[in-house]
Amino acid sequence: MVITIKLFAHLRHGRFKEDIRPWREGTRCGDIVRELGLRAGELGIVMVNGEHAPLDQALEPHDVLAIFPLVGGG
Amino acid sequence: MDKLIRVDLTHLTVRTEAVPEAWLGLGGRALTSAIVAAEVPPTCHPLGPNNKLVFAPGLLSGTSASNSGRLSAGAKSPLTGGIKESNVGGTAAQMFAKLGIKALIIEGIPEKDTWYGLHISREGVAIREDGTLQGLGNFAVLEALQARQARKLGVICIGPSGEYKLSGANISVKDPSGKLRSHGRGGLGAVMGSKRIKYLTIDDEGAQGLQMADPEAFKAASKVFTKALMEHPVSGQGLPTYGTNVLVNILNEAGGLPTRNFTYGQFDGHEQICGETMHETIVARGGKPRHGCHAGCVIQCSQVYNDAQGQYLTSGFEYETIWGLGANCCIKDLDDIATADNLMDDLGLDSIETAVAFGVAMEAGLLAWGDGKEVLRILREEIGKGTPLGRIIGSGAGSVGRAYGLTRVPVVKNQAIPAYDPRSVKGIGITYATTPMGADHTAGYTIATNILNVGGQVDPLKKDGQVELSRNLQIATAAVDSTGMCIFIAFPALDIPECLPALIDMINARFGTRLTGEDVTGLGKAVLKTERAFNLAAGLTPAHDRLPEFFRTDPVAPHQAVWDFTDEEVDAFWAF
Ligand code: SF4
Repeated sequence: MVITIKLFAHLRHGRFKEDIRPWREGTRCGDIVRELGLRAGELGIVMVNGEHAPLDQALEPHDVLAIFPLVGGG
Repeated sequence: MDKLIRVDLTHLTVRTEAVPEAWLGLGGRALTSAIVAAEVPPTCHPLGPNNKLVFAPGLLSGTSASNSGRLSAGAKSPLTGGIKESNVGGTAAQMFAKLGIKALIIEGIPEKDTWYGLHISREGVAIREDGTLQGLGNFAVLEALQARQARKLGVICIGPSGEYKLSGANISVKDPSGKLRSHGRGGLGAVMGSKRIKYLTIDDEGAQGLQMADPEAFKAASKVFTKALMEHPVSGQGLPTYGTNVLVNILNEAGGLPTRNFTYGQFDGHEQICGETMHETIVARGGKPRHGCHAGCVIQCSQVYNDAQGQYLTSGFEYETIWGLGANCCIKDLDDIATADNLMDDLGLDSIETAVAFGVAMEAGLLAWGDGKEVLRILREEIGKGTPLGRIIGSGAGSVGRAYGLTRVPVVKNQAIPAYDPRSVKGIGITYATTPMGADHTAGYTIATNILNVGGQVDPLKKDGQVELSRNLQIATAAVDSTGMCIFIAFPALDIPECLPALIDMINARFGTRLTGEDVTGLGKAVLKTERAFNLAAGLTPAHDRLPEFFRTDPVAPHQAVWDFTDEEVDAFWAF
């Protein structure tokens, strides 16, 4: 199944802004996070299709996974 | 002893008074709101002689506590018709505190058709008739005032917008690098203009300095507090690196980035205006990615943005401004937005109110969506020169909407709704609806918990928990706004258990008090209730605690979310 992954802020360094490629069925958010070499302490917000998602959420074909470090503003 | 100074412009007199017992424990917002509530008739005309403009440094301003240099300004707002408090960085708060001025109250209106300046020093306050700076922009005012004196002065001033008494006019305060920060919202610049005060200068040479009840305890608490600020990932790393503009991509992803005058929740030009792009541009052009708005800020969310030639273009370039002219007006050129930001600083315009007003003007067909160059022309040629069109736009989003008969006018209590769509981030909608300030995201920043996962998690698309979240944050914010602290200390305060107790310990060490966490919550509640009572007496009823109708009827993409709170659910906010 094809998943779009978007990275933001310093998570982009040495990685990418956006990556669209196939993943095996049943892949969870956490699997991708690990594969990208992201440490738990680095993670801020994880969204699937614009909604907050837990790391154990299983992805569906064509999902958009967005990963942000802990940042803020106001 | 700290004192109140009262400047009466009708009689051109200055009086120094002891601080009444009831106000001794107050500072910042708690004090400006208490004074306005006690002394300003709620039904008075905001630009008439009975309104008062009050400045007060926070309880901890002037101490070495990190991020404590904020100055509050209060009055009845010509934009909302209710009470207003707006706080700002810059150098003035610390100078006020060192001079022992707990509050400066400016009242009355001069008889003579001329302009005045106030000079504040160890000797007190001098009223000077001075028409020489009339019509000048803020940057020219700063330069002219500094040229008169060798010592570094604090400056508080208004630009042409304040002189024209536009409801979008702000009050500017000089920052440590000689640029400006603003008491942005609610048209306080128009109140200062109505009193014909072009500027205040402050000289703290030979000031008495602060008295500290327990210097050792203060030092210890201050250390813990600063450590919490530095350790939290948002205040320690995120804000200093990307500034507040990192939010563009986050809100865009969450479908809460109001686009094309609140028609959509996502903007196709988000990568051109986002914090990541801005950071790269700043670094490539030799600007400063981090910069503090006052001495003692350890977070430093501000920045200096240069043009393509490496020349200064603007500073304090915030998410809300970039969103407002960017996504909301569909302008994709960050340099145009930066130029507009600098022009708004110079003219003395609230960059949120004005940006939203431009979005409404685009909807009215006054200019094309995305036309940044025309925005710059209107700022310079229309608002800057006080033409009829300039006055309509400079008086805010509600003003443009009324003049052109529109229904999609994003305001609450006539104040423009900032950068977070209340349909897809519902907690902030409760804040917009209920805060006595009119739509104001800083009054109870639920984005922290709805979107950023700070202080827990409350689903932004559901109604559950939003009223409680907004209430708790508004109470805490009202208290923090009284300490002189920048509201960004809330990020560590929500997550790091030592942070808030350390803040309270600092207040106790400064004043020799024994406040507890409960007292501080009590202070926040009292501030909100005082402000609400003023608004009710001014004629702002629960019917004004409502979002515009279009949020109910027009779903916002991509979640097709609508505003679906009942009136009773919103009114339950005040059950405390
Ligand atoms: S964090 Fe930003 S707004 Fe707050 S005091 Fe520092 S520079 Fe000013």
